[in-house]
Amino acid sequence: MKKYIYFLLIPMLIGSCTSDSEFLDREPTNILTQEQAFGSPDIVLSILADLYNRYYDFGTVESWPSLADFNVSFWSEAGQYGHFQDGGWGYGAWGTWDYGYIREMNLFLERLEASTSIDEVDKTRFLAEGRFLRASYYFTLVKRMGGVPLILESETYDFSGDATYLQHPRETEAAIYDFVISEADAIIADLPADTNIKSRATKGAVLAMKARAALYAGSIAKYGATTPQVSLSGGEIGIPAGRANEYYTTALNAAQAIINGDAGSYSLYNKKPDLSDNFASVFYDKSNNPEAIFVEDYKLQSGKVHGFTISNQPRYGAEEEEGGRINPSLNLVQSFETLEGEYKPLPVEDNAGNPIYYNDPKELFAGRDARLEGTVIVPGSNFKGREVDIWAGVQLADGTVVSGDARGQQKELPGATGQVQVVGFDGPIDGLEFTAQTGFYIRKYQDPKAGSGQRGTQSDVWFIRYRYAEVLLNAAEAAFELGQPEMAAGYLNEVRSRAGITTTLTAADVTFDKIVHERFVELAFEGLHFFDLKRWRLAHVVLDGTPIDEQNITTNIGSATKRITQPLGVWPYKYYNPGDANDGSYFYKIVKPNRVTGSDRFQLGNYYSEIGQDILNNNPLIVKNPNQ
Amino acid sequence: MKIKHFILFVGFALALVSCEIDNYDEPESFFTGRVVYNGTPIEVGAREVRFQLFQPGFGNLAPLDVHLDTDGSFSGRFFDGDYKLKFVDGQGPFKANYVNEQAGDTIFIQIKGNTEMDLEVTPYYMVKSSQFSATGNTISGSISLDKIITGDEGREIEYVNLYINESQFVSNNDDYNIGRADVEVSSLDNIAGSINLPDDYSKNYIYARMGIKIDGVEDLLFSEVTKLDL
Repeated sequence: MKKYIYFLLIPMLIGSCTSDSEFLDREPTNILTQEQAFGSPDIVLSILADLYNRYYDFGTVESWPSLADFNVSFWSEAGQYGHFQDGGWGYGAWGTWDYGYIREMNLFLERLEASTSIDEVDKTRFLAEGRFLRASYYFTLVKRMGGVPLILESETYDFSGDATYLQHPRETEAAIYDFVISEADAIIADLPADTNIKSRATKGAVLAMKARAALYAGSIAKYGATTPQVSLSGGEIGIPAGRANEYYTTALNAAQAIINGDAGSYSLYNKKPDLSDNFASVFYDKSNNPEAIFVEDYKLQSGKVHGFTISNQPRYGAEEEEGGRINPSLNLVQSFETLEGEYKPLPVEDNAGNPIYYNDPKELFAGRDARLEGTVIVPGSNFKGREVDIWAGVQLADGTVVSGDARGQQKELPGATGQVQVVGFDGPIDGLEFTAQTGFYIRKYQDPKAGSGQRGTQSDVWFIRYRYAEVLLNAAEAAFELGQPEMAAGYLNEVRSRAGITTTLTAADVTFDKIVHERFVELAFEGLHFFDLKRWRLAHVVLDGTPIDEQNITTNIGSATKRITQPLGVWPYKYYNPGDANDGSYFYKIVKPNRVTGSDRFQLGNYYSEIGQDILNNNPLIVKNPNQ
Repeated sequence: MKIKHFILFVGFALALVSCEIDNYDEPESFFTGRVVYNGTPIEVGAREVRFQLFQPGFGNLAPLDVHLDTDGSFSGRFFDGDYKLKFVDGQGPFKANYVNEQAGDTIFIQIKGNTEMDLEVTPYYMVKSSQFSATGNTISGSISLDKIITGDEGREIEYVNLYINESQFVSNNDDYNIGRADVEVSSLDNIAGSINLPDDYSKNYIYARMGIKIDGVEDLLFSEVTKLDL
């Protein structure tokens, strides 16, 4: 036996000894060299795809709470109730400081620029896309942190023991916005004007980014004057009021470039006769959607999918034993106007204070802005062909309420024999997670395809970062601020008539409150509401820590300064009184879910997120944000 | 058996070595005091207002937050040493006093043993007097104010609220009150209002105080917490 081993060893020794150096000198199979990586357009595209994939969204379908904060909804998940029991947010909330990402984008641009094996056409487009992503992240930084150091080339430490040359001070807030706008101007010519490209940078995406950035800068310049405490003497926070008009003009021009078709023919989505269905489809119809401009796309069976529908599907008949997390609040629901364009509370009671009875629970919401049922699943409406079962209990003639604490529970009613259902399969049941604790579920971004609610399949509905309706609203706001209310009314009317509102706005109807309102309802659950509150300096006004009660919720609808410190709900009940005309009908009660005990207070120090102590220690040139 | 002894011995030796070098004593000096104007403490909300202590010379600089109690007092336990004390800009219904050109409004302090110190600041307003009473289900109160900072730097009163709570922590934060009512400000000497007890209130005492919101200042100035027997 031993002899065989010797025999085997001999040829091995002979074979290996001669070429030891060559044997160890191998090309790695898992690392691409710089020449290889920037040697073919396919590989450059995949590097670019990684940079696209790391785009920072404030709200995203990959994290349902990120779309539904600030009391536009209650979160029906046991682990999230604490969010409605505290008093606000920490100063560090929403902070971002990913200079690693910026460095990699800078390296990408430098290496691609140096590459000789990519042809000029491809190279120009890739470079423009890299610069678009870099500008997008600086836009994200300035929105959340204020002015930040502007690093546009990769930097290397020389190991000299002195790193001070790597320390850069914060630019002014205006300078970062100016950078975003100037980058947009610089790259627009290099990008295609193709409305079918949604998940890569196009002329449309760049113009939309420019319009939004300029609008934000303009409103910070104008409304920042109302909160002089939220500013720094070096301009790192705060934009001089004198620059407002300049920014608004830039915003209006950029938005009009899209509206005029300079970037391809984008338009409002108008494919379905039912206007509510139509509005919901904007967010899931991925074929020839003329409204979406720039999106984060997903694909089934590719690994890039998300569970937004799993988290939020109506719990009754759901494809998994979960769902129903985002419960839109009454505060949002009642903000949708009537089709005549009037603000009205939901007709829960008549003038004498008696409940109004409805045969169908959905009747309460009849005659409202079509976007309501495109955004929210109301009691009595359908999702995936199944009617939701939302009702809180049975009320007897003497006013006592019979309800249950399990979904669809059955009990015996007095004077009757046999068990009957006393609460809906979707609740609402206070404190029971996944039931509709405000009386509503979310519809926006829910995927109606079979399987979208299964963990094994999930959803490939895209997340829209820029869409045409927002461009119209940006144009309207900029026009209004520039003293052209007639033009603003025109843009607002386009958005409003798509929602079925029959009365048109005239120039005199356009007010600041109207613009705030229109953005609130059109752009709900899209991650934009927060930045609207911040740039108008309204966050500390509407989130002032004062609790809301069932009486004052229904007043001042449509006012920009209406409090939204707590989410409220409205629950349908069944009336039980055999022999009475209203027996079996539904009526509604306005409630505050009992897990809502705190009320949110947005402090002045929340306007710009806290810069971490480690960052301040590493770079003494960085100044702190105000009021923290 | 031998091995066991050996392990014990090594463990004993390690214990001796580690204690001395690795461990600091816990901080043992109390730093206490009040935030005052001319010796009168400034009443603020519960855990609303803070200042920061910095101790240079120990690696990374990080602030030590010290929160004020409702009666403007503070207390913390620190290591002996030299500290820089800084009020956070925009915090509190007052302005930090200017010390000198070099320090700005930073106060240099030394903590050595238990240290007591009152910090002088300049408030926008001071509560001159306050009075609360309970009749039946109604709590009424009145206060009068002095405007301290006048001229360009001065600020107007935005609103005054009357707060009640079942514990002595009474402030505008939702967790610290069970009721609030707007109070009419006729003049600085005449600020009076009332609030009804919640229907289901069962205790035989209640705490009340008024909070004054000053234009453009986030934290409220308060009157003294008053305990009322019902």
